[in-house]
Amino acid sequence: MSTTRNIPDRLRSPLERNLKSWETLLLLVAIGIFVANSFASPYFLDAWNLSDATFNFTEKAMIAFAMALLIISGEIDLSVAAIIALASTAMGAAAQVGVGTEGLVLIGLSVGLACGAFNGLLVTGLGLPSIVVTIGTMSLFRGISFIILGDQAYRGYPSDFAYFGQGYVWWVISFEFVLFALIAVIYAVLLHLTNFGRAVYAIGNNATGALFSGIRVGRVKFILFLLTGLMSGVAAICLTSRLGSTRPSIATGWELEIVTMVVLGGVNILGGSGSIPGVVIAAFVMGLVTFGLGLLNVPGIVMSIVIGALLIGVIALPRLWQMWRH
Amino acid sequence: MPLDLRPDVSTSDAPLLSLTGVTKTFPGVRALSNVSLNLHPGKVTALVGENGAGKSTVVKVLTGIYQPDEGDIRVDGRPVRFPTPQYAESAGVTAIHQETVLFDELSVAENIFLGHAPKGRFGLIDTATMNSNAAEILSGLGAKIDPGTTLKELGTANKHLVAIARALSVDARVVIMDEPTAALSHTEIEELYELVEGLKAQGKAILFISHKFDEIFRIADDYTVFRDGQMIGEGAIANVSEAELVKMMVGRDVSQIFPERDRQLGDKVLDVQGYEHPTEFADISFTLRRGEILGFYGLVGAGRSEFMQALFGTTLPSAGEVWIDGASITIRSPADAVSHGIVYVPEDRGKQGAIGALPIFQNVTLPSLARTSQKGFLRLAEEFKLAREYSERLDLRAASLDTHVGNLSGGNQQKVVIAKWLATEPKVIILDEPTKGIDIGSKAAVHEFMAELAAQGLAVIMVSSEIPEIVGMSDRVIVMREGRIAAELDRDNITPETLVSYAAGISETSS
Amino acid sequence: MKKLFASREALLMIAIAVLLGVISLRFPAFVAPSNLLGVFNDTSPLILLAIGQMIVILTKCIDLSVAANLALTGMVVSLVNIAAPGLPIIAIVAIAICFGTLLGMFNGILVWKLAIPPIVVTLGTMTIFRGIIFLLTEGKWVNSHEMSDAFKAVPRADLIGLPVLSWIAIAAVILFSIVMTRTSLGRAFYAAGGNPQAATYAGINVGLTQFWAFAISGAIAGLTGYLWVSRFAVAYVDVAGGFELTVVAACVIGGVSIMGGIGSVPGALLGALFLGIIANALPVVNISPFWQMAISGGAIIIAVILNAQANRTQGRIILKRAEHAT
Repeated sequence: MSTTRNIPDRLRSPLERNLKSWETLLLLVAIGIFVANSFASPYFLDAWNLSDATFNFTEKAMIAFAMALLIISGEIDLSVAAIIALASTAMGAAAQVGVGTEGLVLIGLSVGLACGAFNGLLVTGLGLPSIVVTIGTMSLFRGISFIILGDQAYRGYPSDFAYFGQGYVWWVISFEFVLFALIAVIYAVLLHLTNFGRAVYAIGNNATGALFSGIRVGRVKFILFLLTGLMSGVAAICLTSRLGSTRPSIATGWELEIVTMVVLGGVNILGGSGSIPGVVIAAFVMGLVTFGLGLLNVPGIVMSIVIGALLIGVIALPRLWQMWRH
Repeated sequence: MPLDLRPDVSTSDAPLLSLTGVTKTFPGVRALSNVSLNLHPGKVTALVGENGAGKSTVVKVLTGIYQPDEGDIRVDGRPVRFPTPQYAESAGVTAIHQETVLFDELSVAENIFLGHAPKGRFGLIDTATMNSNAAEILSGLGAKIDPGTTLKELGTANKHLVAIARALSVDARVVIMDEPTAALSHTEIEELYELVEGLKAQGKAILFISHKFDEIFRIADDYTVFRDGQMIGEGAIANVSEAELVKMMVGRDVSQIFPERDRQLGDKVLDVQGYEHPTEFADISFTLRRGEILGFYGLVGAGRSEFMQALFGTTLPSAGEVWIDGASITIRSPADAVSHGIVYVPEDRGKQGAIGALPIFQNVTLPSLARTSQKGFLRLAEEFKLAREYSERLDLRAASLDTHVGNLSGGNQQKVVIAKWLATEPKVIILDEPTKGIDIGSKAAVHEFMAELAAQGLAVIMVSSEIPEIVGMSDRVIVMREGRIAAELDRDNITPETLVSYAAGISETSS
Repeated sequence: MKKLFASREALLMIAIAVLLGVISLRFPAFVAPSNLLGVFNDTSPLILLAIGQMIVILTKCIDLSVAANLALTGMVVSLVNIAAPGLPIIAIVAIAICFGTLLGMFNGILVWKLAIPPIVVTLGTMTIFRGIIFLLTEGKWVNSHEMSDAFKAVPRADLIGLPVLSWIAIAAVILFSIVMTRTSLGRAFYAAGGNPQAATYAGINVGLTQFWAFAISGAIAGLTGYLWVSRFAVAYVDVAGGFELTVVAACVIGGVSIMGGIGSVPGALLGALFLGIIANALPVVNISPFWQMAISGGAIIIAVILNAQANRTQGRIILKRAEHAT
């Protein structure tokens, strides 16, 4: 109106901001673990060993990317591991009656999508809190697997089905790792470079404000549940293919490991902030810790102490530091 | 802490409660700077000041929610400290807060006595005594509420009475009322005045915070003015005029002058027929032309905001039709409304308006992303360009366009919300209490801007409870009462008297 | 009377009665008093944990570490029993409660002082607690023959026709009914979760109240830990694995709102009983026990839908005729 003043676009450059970020800190941690591991065990810096190590996190990370978006939007899906079980069971049942690899993939993806849609409908259609809904569907989906399979297992998948979890694209680069990298890029682009991603952040920060800004909040959240279900389906295909068998207890407890991965990656569990690069680094951190300790013959359960301590520590330490300074 | 605080004083001139040299800082903000405040027994002291002047902070210091960085609190001349709200309560300081401090799942009696319930054997809460005490206090307020009722079963007015009963359940000597009439109807306000008179007669000191000058002059004995966290003036209300108070509040002379407008009404752009909701409003029909400012007046709770939100698609009406530029449209979500050119600047800025943790430019472009992006991919340069254009048009004050909206002042946040909507190039803009909680300087700017928008051919709907604003700005006014249109007044018939009489349902008065 | 029937607890009681009625049509033996008492006894650990969880959820938090706390405390008292077989049981019980309380307080202090979201804290401590069990035992089991007879006898000991385990559950129900309705702390739990800001104004320290909720939940988990390992006469890393979600499920079915501020001891009791009856009835009515998980998942979803309907906030009633109509 009267005087037009110039407001600068930004005060800090994006580069400066990135250098001071959580992701940078996490990357340093990852490098530290890598270096420590390579000193601790002579077997660590072996290409095939490192390649094997990636299987510790690739399947979980695929789901973690979709989960990251969901958590940024202020929701959560604890049923992901149960969706893996149900999708795997469905594929197993189909394989028994001679369905081929293409059909199995289609079934795995469809079951994932259907489960995601069910969660999404309950949360966005009926306005229910996602943490309770997905605790419920977690029992329901895995429960259906138990009803179908009981204490049995499906084996006998077609031989070419093994490629997804056991195949290598080139030298030590596994199909799963390529798929993981591809999905990471897709989700990074989706979250950070598109209108949809912007809407996810807006919803997570203030869902009412986003609704009042003309964002179709329900639709965005529904799509996020669909994507999380779909990723669980993808992970189910990889995991089933890698194991070559399906039991209803498959992937038990993964939901919490996946949430841990997302939170460790700097995503605010209360929604509103976080990034895909952060989750990628967190996936590597968790994979490296598991692998490194494994080489030192430290059992898996102890690694979970490290992961649990990391989860609390990475959030607690900056706050303790601040309290100490004041 | 158990000081015995009930000595002889009750009639003398000595203040019952006083603050001296109180300073309170928050990271980046000095909320109170060396302020003093004196409350005398049997007197009502009005605390006036603009939003952000430090009134709420003082209330929180007095009730033990905040601790002052420096300065003294004295009760009966003796220095005291209130490290927690309980200390303030046991010193006899009690407050009716602006926000409802109540709990839906607890009973009325439990709400009243939360934190100081009478204890019986084994330190257990003595429910029987608690209920009978609560009944006594409630009947003293003339309220017919069963103390055993769960709070969520009560209506708004009764909940407010419970809040007052809660304040009185403490053996209070100082009662703080933070905008107690904001949510009350006319008759309820009258009852509140009587209550205040009663408390005065009992020798209690009352701190009365209000934005409404008629109220202050009616009920207060003394005044204290705050501005920017400092105490600017105090004295007896009889020795001050409204204009002098305003001058102290804003630090300069402000006469409410509304912009002169050259009224040129264009074609009909919005047509609403028979809008209805099961519980909130009925029979809402009106039309709106380009370049017109249509005021919506009514008492708080007349259903104006509820109707506007239905028009904007956040709630669904049970019946009704809308036409934009003669074409029938269906609005089932805000996204529908925006796509048809209807936008809404909500009253609740913090929750519904801006997204505080996102930067300014992202707030501005949020509903316009379809235009700034390409095939669904963000283009930051385009976003900054659009945000810059509208921020400058609205004279936004901010360090950068990357600043988080939550760090801006109320007035600038409002500008961000308006900029966001103007960037969508709307046809109809609904402004719900556009100047509520904005300092007087920014108010004039908002009014001027509103006039400019209308001059550019935008159709404006302005919901306001401030009569001067309605009279000064509107080309036409719809008065709502109890969810229905009580009257539609054209330019020549808009007077404060007609507005009030239609809004309150006083039929055909002198006007 | 009308109010009583409208309450969540009454509805659940009717649901349980209907459930029992349907079962008794074909299998009258199931509703024989002795069998029902057996069901109650089997459900006692769940009842205990659900009461603790209910208090935590009331304050807008969640405790996912209860089952891990139970397992760790159970292991600790087992090891104490091995080291000092002569130690009186009352001391064992005291150790269990104190140790469980400490673990709960650790959660509570992180939530209170560092303001870390409870789901993150307890997700972390859940894995840490179980990991510590492994560190203590190197993964070995403590078996029946290593425990002293007195240690194993308590939960099964008969007291006026009921096992001590049942009596402890009954005592907890009574004790916490009084705590929740008749003490300042109990009301503070409701206030802190129902309206945290208002609670602060009313002089309630919300963080401290949440801390006490975690402490209580921990104490109960510790006590249940002893009862669990002594009843089953075995302690190992995965005792009660995944049970935390069953506990949350019991609360949700019992009408406890995950958003905080709504819930009651009778609700938690009934929610737990509902799940307990289903678990015990399935084998009786010849349905494979593998159905149990899916059924409880379905029950959670139905319960959360019903709770949401009951708690739906109504807009303000402005129209005169609407006021008369309702």
